[in-house]
Order: sequence, then structure tokens, then C-alpha cells
Amino acid sequence: MQFLFRYANPHNFMRLSGAVLPFFALATVLCLAAGLYLGFSVPPDYQQGTTIALLFIHVPADVVAEAAYGAIALCSLLSLVWRHPLSDTAARAAAPFGALFTALGLITGALWGKPMWGTYWVWDARLTSFLLLLFLYLGYMALWNAIEDETRAARAAAILALVGVVNIPIIKFSVDWWSTLHQGESIISGKIAPVYLWPLLLMMTGYMLLFATLWLIRIRTAIMERRARNLMQGGPA
Amino acid sequence: MITFLTAEKLACARGERRLFDGLNFRVKAGQALAVEGANGAGKTSLLRLIAGFLAPLSGRLIVKIADKEDDDAEERGKLVGWLGHQDGLKPQLTVAEQLDFFASLYRSKAGAAVLEQVGLARQADLPCRYLSAGQRRRLALARLLVSRRPLWLLDEPFAALDVNGQGLVAHLMAHHCGEGGIIIAATHEPLGLSNESLKL
Amino acid sequence: MSPFAILLLRDTKLAARSGGSAALALSFFALVATLVPLGIGPDLRLLARVAGGVLWVGAVLSALLSLDRLFQGDFEDGSLDLIALSPLPLELTSLAKIAAHWLSTGLPLTLLSPLLALLFNLPGPATGFLFVSLLIGTPAVSAIGAIGASLTLSLKRGGLILPLIILPLLSPVVIFGAGAVSATLDGLDGTGALELLAAFSFAAVLLSPFAAAASVRLNLGS
Repeated sequence: MQFLFRYANPHNFMRLSGAVLPFFALATVLCLAAGLYLGFSVPPDYQQGTTIALLFIHVPADVVAEAAYGAIALCSLLSLVWRHPLSDTAARAAAPFGALFTALGLITGALWGKPMWGTYWVWDARLTSFLLLLFLYLGYMALWNAIEDETRAARAAAILALVGVVNIPIIKFSVDWWSTLHQGESIISGKIAPVYLWPLLLMMTGYMLLFATLWLIRIRTAIMERRARNLMQGGPA
Repeated sequence: MITFLTAEKLACARGERRLFDGLNFRVKAGQALAVEGANGAGKTSLLRLIAGFLAPLSGRLIVKIADKEDDDAEERGKLVGWLGHQDGLKPQLTVAEQLDFFASLYRSKAGAAVLEQVGLARQADLPCRYLSAGQRRRLALARLLVSRRPLWLLDEPFAALDVNGQGLVAHLMAHHCGEGGIIIAATHEPLGLSNESLKL
Repeated sequence: MSPFAILLLRDTKLAARSGGSAALALSFFALVATLVPLGIGPDLRLLARVAGGVLWVGAVLSALLSLDRLFQGDFEDGSLDLIALSPLPLELTSLAKIAAHWLSTGLPLTLLSPLLALLFNLPGPATGFLFVSLLIGTPAVSAIGAIGASLTLSLKRGGLILPLIILPLLSPVVIFGAGAVSATLDGLDGTGALELLAAFSFAAVLLSPFAAAASVRLNLGS
């Protein structure tokens, strides 16, 4: 907690993130490159053929989509309970990326599904849950944009994020229940052969690093924008 | 019965703009404080701060009752009788319904006597949409009386009232202070009481 | 009368009196039930299959219509300031408003549902499950709706964002509510779904007032 607050000061945050960012970016590129290479050189799955490669693009996207919402919820908690100054900016910055990764997961899920199911969308439990997650992101971003007073918007969005994070497990449970009621079995089953494991882990790490890199950049941009605005208004930087 | 209300180094901001800083004052039982200043200077914000709606940027507001001191905003709100800019009246409800609602809400009783006092006895069954601006303010005053709160926060108490109405307000305020209550009023005009003044 | 009861009574009275809430919600509900068969054709077997889902979605959307005014009316005319300063804690204020909203929309919608189920050729037992599921589930709609209403109460066009915010959160209610009806149609037991729905509703009604009160406090502080 102390650590978090030491970097609550925008100044310190800019210094730390500035130092760390190049390494994040490099690590991202390395992981993604290695993961993609291994992923595409993997032997084709006997059932799914070469489209198994989409697994390496789809699953990590889903993982980041959920992790990003978790990050937003954590920042919201920090903001509401401990009044950590940067957490509002951080939460707002994470949302578009969370939404993008969710959308990516949905699109790749549909592309992956076409050869398997014959059609792009079959209301599979997992994909349906992620569709709802996408709406949660959109609602969160819409609320930020709608309220003019930034402090009020931040706190309202924080409340919404916390309400959302509590509901997400319930939503997933209910969608799973709905799926078994209507279809009997979940369609995408989850056994991963070991030869797929390494590329998958590399891609997941790569995606997380990609998210972290983009997130840090966006937070830095937001801080710099605020400084620029303050300078233009004639106040302190 | 509040003994003192003290403000220590109060600072308040609205959005990015700092309204006031290092504000100090003390009002004791039976006293009135007139808050003066240009529009937008922060008079309403100060009232909302005292009521507990707004949190100060820094500083404290302390309420002393007998021997106990408390600076909690929510507790302070329970002592406040509020007369704001807006009327808080629903057009579809009648005068009597409106007053009974607020009376019950504040765990108090509204007799016909209160309506008499503010000169709305004949309008008891009139839906509020048919009241004039002055009559609406009188109803708000009745509501204030019925709430039976020691700390009155009044935002432009004389607004929209004719000479009789203004006389009524002055009379009610004098009575309230006479009973040991405290009044803090944002106003452009003199209160007509011996009161302290605070310029924002 | 207690402060809670008087607020509940006033809000219900206002909703009934303005000729707005209840009548509007019921008309909208009936219209949805009319438009869908126009859209998908009068195949009675098909209509019976979709009845649970269509009527549930229709009920949720109808209840949504009056949600944005839940706190906004009092906020705009200054009543909310006075209510916040009263002895009634904001959490109970929120609960009273949720209850008033349910009494003036959720409950009437539930009472109308058997008639609309008739339009969809829904068999008796399934209609019974529809009725009970609406009875149990609509309080959750009012409760979660209140969270959205309190977050958006300062927005002029808040009504546009409100559905976006709360509809994803209401998906469990639609799933379990309509699921109870579907299960019955398939010859399964719908009570499992009703139990899940009841648990969700209970939790929603219990916890929403806290989130709503926090949002109201946030908006009053300006």
C-alpha cells in the first residue's frame, strides 16, 4: 500500500513509468513474436486443423479482457476508499483497452467458431458472457463521458465499476446455467495439449504486457494533457 | 440546542475553482450570521458545506452542544433546517399534503396553526401548481418551522416575497433566535436582526 | 407514520397521480406483446416457446421507462436536499423509492402478465411460473435500476445511458425468470430457476440501497 502511494504523485509516476516503459515495450514485442512463431509452427490439431492457431490469439484476449476489468475495479476501490489520486485516471485509461480486447476476443472467437460450428455465432456460454462484458465496458465509458464534472464522473464511474465487478461472477454463472438449460453442454471445451501450452503462455504474457504498455502510455498522456491544460489556464503544472 | 457553531480555516472549491480559503467564524446560540458576497462568490456553497452536502477542501466545522463537540457532517445535517433556492414542492400535491409529508419525514407534526402563521390557511387544499411564487416561499417557511431544527440555513430568505412576506420572515427569524436557535443566511439585503456579517 | 412509510406513500402517490408511471409501463408492455407476434408471425407454437423471453424482456424495458426520474425529480426541485437532511438515512430513502417504483411499475406489470401470456398461447402451468417469476424478479429490476438512476440523476439526457448501464447487470434476472418458463414448457421443474431468481432479487434489494445512497451523496455534493 505504501508503495502504491509513493507513486501516487504524478511526478513520481511519470518518472517510474518513463523508466519502465521501454522495457515493457521490448518485452511485449519479444513475447508476442516468440508466441506467434511457436503458435504458427505448432502441428495442426487433429480436430480443428490449422485454425487451432486462432486459439493463441483468442484465449489471451479473453484473459486480458477480464484482467482489465479487475484492474479498473481495483483502481476504483483505491479511489473511493483510500482516495488515491491517480487511480481515477488509471481506471479511465484502462477502459478502452479492456473494451478492445473484449471485442478482439469476440471477433476471434467467432472466426474460430466458423470452421467448427459452421456459423459465426452460436451463443456459446463463454462468448455470451464476454458480449455482456463488452456492454459493461461501454456503459462504464459512457458514464465517464456523460458527467461533465470530472471529480463527480470519476466517483460515479468508480461506484459503477465496483457494482459491475460484484455482478460479473453472477452474470457468468447465470449465462452458464442458461447455456446448460438450452444446449446441454458447453461447446468450447478446454483441454490443452502440452505442445500448445508454451505458445499460449507466451501469448498471454505478451498480451498482458501489451495491455500494460498501452495503459501506462495512456495514463502518461492523460497526466501530460492535464498539465498542458493547467499551463494554458495559468495555474500550476 | 446548539451552543456554538465554529468554522476553522474552511476552504472550499467548486470544480477547479477555489471559492474561499482560511474562513473562520463562530456563531453562538441566539445569533444570526449574514453571509454576503457577489453572485458566484460561494454563498450557497458555504451553506451546502455547513449542511454537510459538500466536504471542505480543508478545515473543520465544529458543532458544540452542551459539553460535546462534533465535526461529523452527517450528524450536523440532522440539526439543519434548510431553506434553499429551490422550493422542493411537487405540483400535484396540495399544500396540506406537502406540509404533512415533510412533517412526518422530520418526525414532527404539522397543525393548521403553522399554515395560519404563514398565511396559507385558506390554500390548504390547493395543489401546489396553483401557488404564486410568494405563496411557495411561505410554504417553504412553514416547512422550515415544522422541521423544528436549531440551525437554520437560509439561502436568500427574502427572495420572491412582498413586503408582508418579508416582514413574516423577519419575524420568524427573530423568534427563532429568541428561542436560542442559530441562523446563517446568504443574503443581498440586511437581515433586520442584530447580526454578524461575513463577506465572501 | 414513520419517515420511511411517508416517503414510500408520497412517491407511490406521485407515480399514480401524474398519470405517468403505471399507465405508461402497462401500455408499453402491452404494445411489446403486440408488436412481437406482428414481427414473427402468428404461429402459436412458436409464440408459446418465445413467450417467457419476450414478456420478460418487455417487462424489463417497461419498468425502465420511469427509472430515470426516480431520483431526478426530487434532485431538480430541491426536495432531495430536504429528504437528505431528514432523520431518514439515504439508504432507507433509496429503499423507499425502490419499493415505490416496484409498486407502481413492477407489480402492475406482473398483474397484467397472465393476460399477455394468453396472447402468446402460453399454457397454464407456464403462465403460473411466468407470473411468479415476474413477482420475484421485478423488485430486482427496480433495485438495480435505482443504482443506475442515482448515478445518472444529474444528467439531462441521462435516460439514454441508464439502459446501457443496467441492462447487462439485469441479464441474470432475465435468464432465470424466462428460464423458469422455458423449463416448465420442456417438462422440467422451473422451481430451481425461481430459487436462483429469488436469491438474486433478495441480494439486489438488500445491497442496491447502499450503492444508490453513495451515488446520491456524490451528486448532492455540488
